[in-house]
Amino acid sequence: MSFEPSESRDRFKTLSKAQTGIRGLDEITAGGLPAGRPTLICGAAGSGKTLFSVEFLVHGAMEHGEPGVFVAFEEKAEELGVNVASLGFDLEQMQRDKLIRIDHVHIERSEIEETGEYNLDGLFIRLGYAIDSIGAKRVVLDTIESLFAGLTNLAVLRAELRRLFEWLKEKKVTTIITGEKGEATLTRQGLEEYVSDCVILLDHRVENKISTRLLRIVKYRGSVHGTNEYPFLIDEEGISVLPVTSLRLSHPVSSERISSGIPALDKMLGGKGFFKGSSVLVSGTAGTGKTSIAGSFIDSVCKEGIRAIYFAFEESQHQIVRNMQSINIDLQSHLDKGLLLFNASRPTLNGLEMHLITITKLVEKFKPGVVVLDPISNLITVGSTSEVKSLLTRLIDYLQSKQITVMFTALALNENKTEQTDEGVSSLVDAWILVRDIESNGERNRGLYVMKSRGMKHSNQVREFVITDEGLKLVEVFLGPDGVLTGSARETQRLLEKTSEAIRDHAVSRKDREIERKRLILESKIASLKEEFESLQEELNKNYIEEELKKSIMDDNRKELIRKRDDQI
Amino acid sequence: MNDGIHQAQDWNDDDGMDDHFELNLYIAGASSNSVRAVANVKEICEQYIKDRYTLRVIDVHQEKSLASREQLVALPMLVKLRPHPERRLIGDMSDTKRVLKGLGVSGEQYD
Repeated sequence: MSFEPSESRDRFKTLSKAQTGIRGLDEITAGGLPAGRPTLICGAAGSGKTLFSVEFLVHGAMEHGEPGVFVAFEEKAEELGVNVASLGFDLEQMQRDKLIRIDHVHIERSEIEETGEYNLDGLFIRLGYAIDSIGAKRVVLDTIESLFAGLTNLAVLRAELRRLFEWLKEKKVTTIITGEKGEATLTRQGLEEYVSDCVILLDHRVENKISTRLLRIVKYRGSVHGTNEYPFLIDEEGISVLPVTSLRLSHPVSSERISSGIPALDKMLGGKGFFKGSSVLVSGTAGTGKTSIAGSFIDSVCKEGIRAIYFAFEESQHQIVRNMQSINIDLQSHLDKGLLLFNASRPTLNGLEMHLITITKLVEKFKPGVVVLDPISNLITVGSTSEVKSLLTRLIDYLQSKQITVMFTALALNENKTEQTDEGVSSLVDAWILVRDIESNGERNRGLYVMKSRGMKHSNQVREFVITDEGLKLVEVFLGPDGVLTGSARETQRLLEKTSEAIRDHAVSRKDREIERKRLILESKIASLKEEFESLQEELNKNYIEEELKKSIMDDNRKELIRKRDDQI
Repeated sequence: MNDGIHQAQDWNDDDGMDDHFELNLYIAGASSNSVRAVANVKEICEQYIKDRYTLRVIDVHQEKSLASREQLVALPMLVKLRPHPERRLIGDMSDTKRVLKGLGVSGEQYD
């Protein structure tokens, strides 16, 4: 009843798609395979074509209500069932439920005599019957090229295949046709000529003895699609494709902070620690305590109730838990609470892409707030530098889009003067903490630097990094006239300073006493001079008085004489 | 299945079992290949193995589930059930030499 002109026009225009249900593929193809049309899946033997097809049918039947017909040219129905049973697909039950129908087409050239003109009506009839009997919407022909081995008349075969694909289109079933990869062509028999709507190439490459599966959409008429080679994985859950090459840098950012677990390091990072959802690189030479920093970080976030995954590429879970115990970090309690998950594996276990897929799958499942990879250096053994870098870029992109804080540890080599890590990831990360050996006076100490920390004020100071029984500590280094002093040199310097202070104190008091003495001497000198002056003054005074006395006596005498003369007269 | 049975001999005769031909011809409706195949097979049988064959002509369109059960791909197809070994011949049976080879009948025998 509702009137939706624009919507219905849109629906008319766009190509409708059939979701494959294969993780990641529907994103790359923007919705799945072209509905009602044939798609060619080609690849070498063992590249996963059959599994791909089975997943397409099973997901269609179970999740999208689209029953499917599987025409097996190579395997019998029972064999196929056994092969995919490990993925948890019960094809027998699904056949009983009329969700899937498997038809094994057996054709053997030695049993057949060609006696003139023929066509593939038999195949058409049985396929048509199979489709109609369960109302199939999806069809898989695996591998139709087997017909070329069974029948010799190529002209008939080619014409009939063309007719078959047209007929399938008319039937409006979404079809997957698998084809073995040819030497120069996508398929040995050039099936790509007939299937012009969508072609997907599966590849299986082995480099440095490590295999990587790759998927590429060669062609997809009428639809946008990713053109890269996407790594994919076949594991106990089937195929998963990884479209993690986001080209845009548009993930949301947070200004929330997350503590590094070392208070002094937080202080160096503007007082609060890392940004939530940022990437942190801890690099350093061997034995500088990178794992301890990671452990300390994990411990601190788990204490806050944040879930964390620890991907260990060098040590086992128990080893890490035991070692952390020695510096008073109890990871076991977090494991018991289910806040922490360990995933320890050798890098060489998988190709790089496998690692990435393993990581993303675990992240999807466990939904952590923090992820630690310790160390990424070993990944270099399974890939080239550029591959590792591309992997880490994609991993960082992926984790940041999920607002997950990630800490990598990386081994830096001593000879590496530039302090660049081998993996070349230092430019990608948001914060980079470098732990370096400072070697002097016959001992090695650890200096910790914050090389960079995007978007926050951070200390430019070197701190001495000490691992104690109580955990990790940062100590202010001693900046003496001879440079930065650490370890026992720092301790010596401290003692030295204490001594000189005492000596200085002592010297000061001695000088004070000398001055006092000098003052006393001076004062006594002044006193004696004063006395001398007084005696001189007295002497002078005495003469003066004597003169006065003499004068007065003489005056008296004269007056007496005058009086006496007068008396005589 | 009983449609189009062309019975030429009472094949309960045990003595004749070994060289009695039991043939099924699968065809797809009334296509030109099918029509030609039926005519060719009948002609060859009449000429070379007269009176010792049973031929069933089966239209797969009439019973589609047969196609899967009988492993039919290319049509028309002639299946020789007896004498053993079982053989399958496809095509419109216009190549008489090949048909005879497939049936294990030497052409000269009845010429």
